[in-house]
Amino acid sequence: MNNQPVLQITQLSRYFGGLKAVSDFDMAIAKGELVGLIGPNGAGKTTVFNLITGMYKPTSGSIKYLGEEISNFKPHQIAQKGITRTFQNIRLFASLSVLDNVRIAYHYKTDYGVTDAILHSRKFSRIEKSVQEKSMQVLKIFNLANRAYETAKNLPYGEQRRLEIARALVSAVETNEDKPRLLLLDEPAAGMNPSEIKNLMELIRFVHEKFNLTILLIEHQMKVVMGICERVVVMDFGEIISQGKPDAIQNDPKVIEAYLGKATRAC
Amino acid sequence: MTSISNIKKQTSKIKIILLVILFYIVLQLLMSAQIINPYWQQIICYAGVMTISALGLNLIYGFTGQFSLGHAAFFGIGAYTSAFIIKSANFSNPLLLIIGLIAGCILAGIIALLIGLPILRLRSDYLAIATLGFGIIVKVLFDNADAVFPVLGGSRGMVGIPQLTTFTWVLVIVILAVLILRNLINSAPGRALVSVREDEIASEAVGVNTTKYKTLGFVIGSMFAGIAGALYAHLYAFLHPQNFDFLKSIDVLLIVVLGGMASISGTLIAAVVWVLILEGLRVVLPEAVLDWRLVIYPLLLILIMIFKPTGIFGGKEFKFLHYGDKNE
Repeated sequence: MNNQPVLQITQLSRYFGGLKAVSDFDMAIAKGELVGLIGPNGAGKTTVFNLITGMYKPTSGSIKYLGEEISNFKPHQIAQKGITRTFQNIRLFASLSVLDNVRIAYHYKTDYGVTDAILHSRKFSRIEKSVQEKSMQVLKIFNLANRAYETAKNLPYGEQRRLEIARALVSAVETNEDKPRLLLLDEPAAGMNPSEIKNLMELIRFVHEKFNLTILLIEHQMKVVMGICERVVVMDFGEIISQGKPDAIQNDPKVIEAYLGKATRAC
Repeated sequence: MTSISNIKKQTSKIKIILLVILFYIVLQLLMSAQIINPYWQQIICYAGVMTISALGLNLIYGFTGQFSLGHAAFFGIGAYTSAFIIKSANFSNPLLLIIGLIAGCILAGIIALLIGLPILRLRSDYLAIATLGFGIIVKVLFDNADAVFPVLGGSRGMVGIPQLTTFTWVLVIVILAVLILRNLINSAPGRALVSVREDEIASEAVGVNTTKYKTLGFVIGSMFAGIAGALYAHLYAFLHPQNFDFLKSIDVLLIVVLGGMASISGTLIAAVVWVLILEGLRVVLPEAVLDWRLVIYPLLLILIMIFKPTGIFGGKEFKFLHYGDKNE
């Protein structure tokens, strides 16, 4: 049982009309792995993410999280199970405070009802207080505590990305170490300058260890992929064309072909 | 540190309560002394009714981000329900109005739930059109209601409704509505509502059941409209389907947008100002240009959209309406 993969995808396909965005996709991720998912634009990487998180329903195939079939679950149910994600274009609750962004992610753990809220019951005050404390704790871990009351959209780009990751990891901060969690990062380094990228790589390494996370990462910046991923999966036209250790796939002719095109005899 | 801010909070709370009581006593005295004549008394009550209804729409549109054009329908459902019950039972004690208010509120809520579950899957423009359609259906039903319940009067209007709405009733419900909305917004369910407005996809991705919260916002907002409608029915003692057509939904929308989306304070001010000016201009303006007062508001709306698109109070609140953690 201990060797049960955190995520087991088998024969996963998703077609948009005649377009095979993802076809016969197989992947298993073991607990604690940090896997990179790369491929040229339009290869279907983000579609895989959307399938895992329930934003799209698969045309066929299965997705198992800790042995449980999740392909028919709604996105919020999957998030509550412990699979959270960030987005290619940062999606924060832009006009809310940094603190509120994190507090909303605590939402499903705040188990008081609307009546408690309206009547300001004792239960409400107790839970609100603990949510407030826990959220501040999360912000401290991610070095955002001094920004707590600022509006999210006013943060610099790097901090917005950090906040998005913090929000995705809210429930990991307090759950016990045994419960595995899966974090999906969709191009976290997009649009970042070299020093921001360096910080981001440190952050990903840090959360990976600290919260005992399993991470699947889409990235175009090869520096990031080669620097932090233990294993890389390469996609093209909705299919896996190669996988292995970062330095191995770098020299795989199929991968080079996918990115650069086929070498033809010079005329 | 905390105890000082606590005491400060307590004293400002007491100040607000005293202020409201003072406001009530002064107005009540002015009314009983006939300094405010019955015509203006009715207008003041109507301002309160519009405030309650607009607070409901602000919850749906301003806070939850669901564009609804069917608000007047729920207002009408509340009005006809309460009028039907109170008139049939022939109640004349103002205290018994509570039965009509609760019935109107609950029926509006139930219908909002039934209609909300299918249509809240739609987004923005599509939702607006669906709610518009719902509003038209309800108006047609009111028009022909006399076929089933002759007492409702159909398109001839419903007359002889006991006039039970008093200034006290209106003020109490306004205060309750403000408190309920404030407490709701500053809680986990409230934050979930706002997160739906901010980004529905991100909201789902952090585990918020967006369908549930959109429906919750829609139902509670419509219940506000229902109770406001019930007060309205017993204020004017006459109901006509035309009072609940989609133009009336636009009126409420106007108040919400003018006052500021997601601002309770803005809605309070805009609703009161809207009613008082609309009626005030009736007195001030000469007969010949009287109808032009209906042009002033749309004009104001355009100007505000150009110069302050977030509305007068956009996103801001009076101090007593937010509490807890802002910049402490």
